[in-house]
Amino acid sequence: MATKLKEVDAVMVGMGWTGAILARELTKAGLNVVGLERGADRNPAEEFTLTRLRDELRYVVRLELMQDNSIDTITFRNAPDEMALPIRRFGAFLPGEGVGGTGIHWGALHWRFLPTDFRIKSVISEKYGAKAIPETMTIQDWPFSYDEIEPHYDRFDKLCGVSGQAGNLRGKIIPGGNPFEGPRSNDYPNKPIKTGVAPAMFGEAAKSLGYHPFPLPAATSSAAYVNPEGITLGPCQYCGHCNRTACEANAKASPNVNVMPVLRVEPKFELRTKAFVTRLIYDKQAKRVTGVAYTDMKTGEEYEQPAGIVVLSSYVFGNTQQLLLAGIGEPYDPKTGKGVVGKNYGYQFEAGGEAFFEGREFNPFMGAPGMSVVIDDFNGESFDHSGLGFFGGGYISCTSGGAPPIGGRALPRGEPRWGAGWKQATAKWYRCNTRFNTQGSVYAHRDNFMDLDPTYKDALGRPLLRMTYNGTENDHTMSRFLVAKLEGVIRAMNPTHYEVHHRPKNFTIVPYQSTHNTGGTMTGSDPKTSVVNRYLQAWDAHNLFVQGASVFPQQHGYNPTGTVGALAYWSAKAITEQYLKRPGPLVHA
Amino acid sequence: MTDKTLADPKPTRDTTSDDKSPIARRNFLLGAGTAVAAGLATPADAQQPRPAAAAPAAPVANEPEPFVTLTAPEAAFIVAAVDTLIPADELSPAGSDCGVAVFIDRQLGSAWGGGAKMYRSGPFHKGKPEQGYQLALTPREFFAAGIAAANAWTRKTYGRDFDLLAPAQRVEALKAMEEGKAEFQNFNARAFFGQLLAITMAGFFSDPIYGGNRNKVGWKLLGFPGLPATYADKIDAYRNKRYVAEPQSIADFS
Repeated sequence: MATKLKEVDAVMVGMGWTGAILARELTKAGLNVVGLERGADRNPAEEFTLTRLRDELRYVVRLELMQDNSIDTITFRNAPDEMALPIRRFGAFLPGEGVGGTGIHWGALHWRFLPTDFRIKSVISEKYGAKAIPETMTIQDWPFSYDEIEPHYDRFDKLCGVSGQAGNLRGKIIPGGNPFEGPRSNDYPNKPIKTGVAPAMFGEAAKSLGYHPFPLPAATSSAAYVNPEGITLGPCQYCGHCNRTACEANAKASPNVNVMPVLRVEPKFELRTKAFVTRLIYDKQAKRVTGVAYTDMKTGEEYEQPAGIVVLSSYVFGNTQQLLLAGIGEPYDPKTGKGVVGKNYGYQFEAGGEAFFEGREFNPFMGAPGMSVVIDDFNGESFDHSGLGFFGGGYISCTSGGAPPIGGRALPRGEPRWGAGWKQATAKWYRCNTRFNTQGSVYAHRDNFMDLDPTYKDALGRPLLRMTYNGTENDHTMSRFLVAKLEGVIRAMNPTHYEVHHRPKNFTIVPYQSTHNTGGTMTGSDPKTSVVNRYLQAWDAHNLFVQGASVFPQQHGYNPTGTVGALAYWSAKAITEQYLKRPGPLVHA
Repeated sequence: MTDKTLADPKPTRDTTSDDKSPIARRNFLLGAGTAVAAGLATPADAQQPRPAAAAPAAPVANEPEPFVTLTAPEAAFIVAAVDTLIPADELSPAGSDCGVAVFIDRQLGSAWGGGAKMYRSGPFHKGKPEQGYQLALTPREFFAAGIAAANAWTRKTYGRDFDLLAPAQRVEALKAMEEGKAEFQNFNARAFFGQLLAITMAGFFSDPIYGGNRNKVGWKLLGFPGLPATYADKIDAYRNKRYVAEPQSIADFS
């Protein structure tokens, strides 16, 4: 039998970005907070160190920081009439595990959504007519505006020490920045990371075509910087090892570096690692979650942790699975379109290319995501979609994140993959190629959703979450459009050789594509069409606050973490300034 | 790999003549039969713990190393395969001379090879390619089954095990697997080749601490400087100019 523990004011289910931010804000408001993390502790002093981190095999290939699929995974199928099978090792996306979660190994590309993204359904209807949106496209407006969220974007920028070039400062367009972005109340905390050689060529080419290139905003501090928590960050060392790894320079933002040091010495906070939350304990009558059940993965002991407030701060999959298991909110049924939990699963529709410049020296191993250059001319509703046959878009970039030797080699198509010819080609092309990416949106579709798998279970006997997802005609058309624009810029760079890659017709769970999974517990203004209200409070359990990208109604053409962090601050403010005074629903349906 | 030290006792070897004596190599790997399997056929000097001080930075490229998990026939296959995928030429020694076979052996004997962090509950269905790997096999078991299937196929097609084929036939056989033209019994030849190529490249390019990329040959081929990779002071100085450095690995800082 589970041991019932003493009630605490608040419990966090997962200690990534949102768990860390909420724990920090709630302890500041005087609450006693317990952070439950199913994975290991990850303390930068021990783990984010040299030479340890410069090990591509351990971190990038064998996925040191990622979720242990022997304990838990999800099942996947392309369509509702197929049988889902378990993802036996993650491939297309790589959720993290342990303190810091997916916020350790991210590439730290730090974006805001466009003001029009927050009311995308209304904007499309206004511009192209109410009937323009296909019946199968289940996109929704967010229940708040960009202007309401902006101060929280600003806070998260500062927490992370983001480096970038503002393009719109309080309504004034600033040359060299992104002219399409929403107005920001403050400049980026840090100047942009130094631009790479190939991205600079991309920028020149893009400019010659009339586009608006700017340095990619990144949560890697370009200079020494003290964040509002008093933690000293950076400067970035351009090591080229951001992806799937941690940062020894305290330059790349992570919960572990940018927030946790404060929490670790906070008497009102207690961290419990290897604490696997199996269930939210739901009192349906009272519309409250009374606490959580968890298993100590070190001992196998089961515990019940009662709490006044429960913050669901795990990954998209875990959040959705917990609500389905607890029976909180109506599960989505794609046949009838009824229900909300698991609805509007979204992803990032990335495509791209490579270009090869014979004789050039790019020193590709010197890398940082912020060395990349971007154009944002074809994102969201920043351009006219009349006659294009799709909605949505994405940014287009020339990337410069490093070229580690196992995974960072590219060869022109037609070169041998092994043998003597392969070696010669590798020696010739490694140092003079560059890569491109299109970061496409995924506009929700009726048939893309999550529910519980009827067959497969995790190590603790719970049904796995089942993902049903495929690329839609809308998104494929959008992606081909972006790739065509990319190809135009690449040609203007005049490479020796280039190629572009379109997405395969069917989504496939290998190889790696993006860890930008979204949806399942979406936010909205109506309980019939959303799981959480505008403050990320569950409609059906007023003391449950669901964080992270699972609340996205759809995925826009940008990396999600900037918005995830901003919404965590927005939700925390509502809890501390409104909910604590009068516990109960903050929005009346 | 090290077997050739016995086949050719000269202390310095002509790496360009790498593929000349597959039979001799096989004789080493298979000749002692059960003795190899029991780990007894390793030269005595390799069984002695090497004092760290005896071999400081100087790499011991030709020193034999015993395998931890590969059987003798499996080792013969892996050596022949990695020497075909990465043949000796002016850019590098052959794959096994770069430690790639030892790397593969160590990886398959590691927690990863045993299926760590892998969901292994049934039921098992073949599924669509979009659903990824669906076999019940761990990587170690996958390679065992794949090598057995590959040898069965080369015996049927060429009359002998893969490692006994002439160099040109090995190339032909691997190409047939790569293109899915080799028809393995109850095993996906193309998937096997994909995994074989992936682990070979990992061995050629990973930090030498794992046994491959000996003398950092893979990194030298690329011009990859290795550690410590702190370039904040070099970004501007080496704009459009090649940055050359003798590569350093984890062991160089340990």
